[in-house]
Amino acid sequence: MIKNYDVIIIGAGGAGLRAAVEIPKEYSCAVLSKVFPPRSHTGTAQGGVCAALGNMEDDSWENHAFDTVKGSDYLGDQDAIETMCKDAIRAVMELEHMGLPFSRNEDGKIAQRKFGGHTKPADPNDPYGKRIPVMRACYSADRTGHVMLQTLFENCIKNNVDFYSEYFVTDIIIEDNVCKGVAAFNIATGEVTVFHAKAVMFATGGYGRVFRITSNAHVGTGDGTALIYKNGLPLEDMEFFQFHPTGLWRLGILVSEAARGEGGILKNKDGERFMQRYAPTVMDLAPRDMVSRAIISEIREGRGIKGSDGTDYVLLDVSHLGKKVIDEKLPEITGFARTYLGVEPTKEPIPIQPTAHYAMGGIPTNANCEVYSDEKGNTVKGLYAAGECACVSVHGGNRLGTNSLLDIIVFGRRGGKAISEFLKTAGFAEIKENHETKTKDKISKVINNQGEEKVYKLRTELQEWMMDKCGIFRNEADLKEMVEKLKELKERFKKISIQDKGTVFNTDLMEAMELDNLLVNAEATVYSALNRQESRGAHMREDFPNRDDEKWMKHSFIFMNENTPEIKTRPVTVTKYKPMERKY
Amino acid sequence: MDITVRILRYNPEKDEKPYFVDYSVPNVSPDWRLLDVLHEIKWKLDGTLTFRRSCAHGICGSDGMKVNGKNRLACSVLLKDLNMKKTVVIEPLPSLPIIKDLVVDMSSFFSKYEVIKPYLISKTPPPPNSERIQSNEDAEKLFESAKCILCACCTTSCPSTWTNENYIGPAAFLKAYRFVFDTRDDAADERLDIIDNPDGVWRCHTIFNCIETCPKEINITWHISQLKKKISSREM
Repeated sequence: MIKNYDVIIIGAGGAGLRAAVEIPKEYSCAVLSKVFPPRSHTGTAQGGVCAALGNMEDDSWENHAFDTVKGSDYLGDQDAIETMCKDAIRAVMELEHMGLPFSRNEDGKIAQRKFGGHTKPADPNDPYGKRIPVMRACYSADRTGHVMLQTLFENCIKNNVDFYSEYFVTDIIIEDNVCKGVAAFNIATGEVTVFHAKAVMFATGGYGRVFRITSNAHVGTGDGTALIYKNGLPLEDMEFFQFHPTGLWRLGILVSEAARGEGGILKNKDGERFMQRYAPTVMDLAPRDMVSRAIISEIREGRGIKGSDGTDYVLLDVSHLGKKVIDEKLPEITGFARTYLGVEPTKEPIPIQPTAHYAMGGIPTNANCEVYSDEKGNTVKGLYAAGECACVSVHGGNRLGTNSLLDIIVFGRRGGKAISEFLKTAGFAEIKENHETKTKDKISKVINNQGEEKVYKLRTELQEWMMDKCGIFRNEADLKEMVEKLKELKERFKKISIQDKGTVFNTDLMEAMELDNLLVNAEATVYSALNRQESRGAHMREDFPNRDDEKWMKHSFIFMNENTPEIKTRPVTVTKYKPMERKY
Repeated sequence: MDITVRILRYNPEKDEKPYFVDYSVPNVSPDWRLLDVLHEIKWKLDGTLTFRRSCAHGICGSDGMKVNGKNRLACSVLLKDLNMKKTVVIEPLPSLPIIKDLVVDMSSFFSKYEVIKPYLISKTPPPPNSERIQSNEDAEKLFESAKCILCACCTTSCPSTWTNENYIGPAAFLKAYRFVFDTRDDAADERLDIIDNPDGVWRCHTIFNCIETCPKEINITWHISQLKKKISSREM
């Protein structure tokens, strides 16, 4: 079956939905998603979305931009960061106008709170002097992502956006550097459809499921980044993967930075507030990469607590905040601690350990979400990407908390605007190859494959190895071992067999295809990590412990190749923020 | 520790009607989620077992199912909260057509949600460069209803849904409340008109199944009662 749409958006999280809202009614627009839109992973974001509204205290978008550049460890493109932080104020107001139920301050304006890495100068006359935490994160209790996803979904319903929910995209159609659509199957029926389009936007999210301990939903398998890479297009800065410091021990479920924003503190087994040794000025509110490394250092030096599963954890204490603050501002995360660990956060500290959380890297785009076909800045006509799957790059080496929700609303809208502009002159380009047959072949190949290997087993091995060899601390020997392991896993993947041979809601088939995508994302991550011989942001090389701006202040662009991937580089765009040592 | 689960299976490509299959799952731990047991079955015992899931911690609302007679999220039930010595019975959410095994057709659930106009309708333009003002007290009145994750546990647990397929149902009413009581919204009357009929709030007979089943512990019946009150006061 072939369906024609002016624009196809893949992914119904915040970026995809925000883009869909932006497409004018005269154009036909459909959103494809492998889950119902309100199931998307945006809904699990908790703490807030930053914008320098100044509702609680003086602040400026320039402060926000400075923090984002510094937080990125000077790998973020400064023009894009300025665009985002400046637009943040309008973008948050727009969400309020769309109906998002924000928490409010005493004046009835949007309430704001502190968040890791968000600061302002202690002395306004000394902009480059000592900085102190600032209340910049706009929030709705600790369900900001949930209500944002709901609000955007609601606005799509208002605008009569067409949804194809529970469709799994198997192929992207790019011929002669023009994107002409995608092929997908309906999960419920197995029916294959080619969506012929003038413009396609990827808003497919991250790939945290390559790691064993992750805050990411089971859907977070990087299907979009994998499709792009498999089609010969580059992925950018894939070595930068953020570990959130406070995942619920054993499960990796996110415990928002809002807990520390409201005054929660991290403690080691001696009850010491250890962050004061690592980040003397902002302590527990240091950026995530630094806090995660501090936790692992504490554990390595014997100051962690051994859990019943053999892994070590440290403690997040919010008990001193009192029941009222906890119930009003942190109800969801304290609920997780109660439900899953049987811990009562009003009385005792919460066991936490770092959890794989966010891909800073992804599909390279410019600030209008147009996808780059190479490191020189050429673009693929009609192809766009936004959100976690994309790399603009506004997060560089390390994303600041709340900037992901900001990224999706700012760049989701910008992508939607750019597509609307493009559609004024764009037409349907003829598709040469038969992608319906191609996808059917792909599906039957997985279903009929005969072999001894099992999907869950390969996936578990991948996740455990990635955690051990390509996690928070990395080195050449480990990464090389991981390269070999990946080669082995890819070979073994050819010998998988699945049990479900049917066409109706075949999740066995989907898990196999998702594993294929995870392996691709892992490959791009590991090779990029091996290539970058320095430590920057979330990428920490024990054998190259320092940041090396002279050699490495540049983006990695990795391309798939027959044997070994090829890595090229692109300079970082610098406006006015000169690299300096990153201390907090 | 072992656990036995009895799952209602149905594959439309093979089966005439649904039937139960027992699975004995070894080496489980009391602190496992029920979802972990389903994964254990799917990954190690029977790859054809089909269910929805995503976030695995009670936010995305994918894995609503009937567990020992009560609608719950499989990811929010720990084994220690069940009697592990007895067989755990798992069925799909009631009253919705089964697509396969524990996966039900959610389309009627979502169309009922759309009926109540689930979006802010304001007759006055917002201030150009700032937010609409709303007191925190007024904002917090919306928070409990805004917690809803659209898992359908409540609507499919309601006897009024079982006996009348046109009944709009508690999840949609909760969303109606979310906007009717939003000080920024101007379409309360439109929404009240939609739910002020025999398929609307008056078919809620305060049976409280929705409250008992809601994984987010929302007092849904109270919210429905506020809508009923609002309709009544408007008629006075």
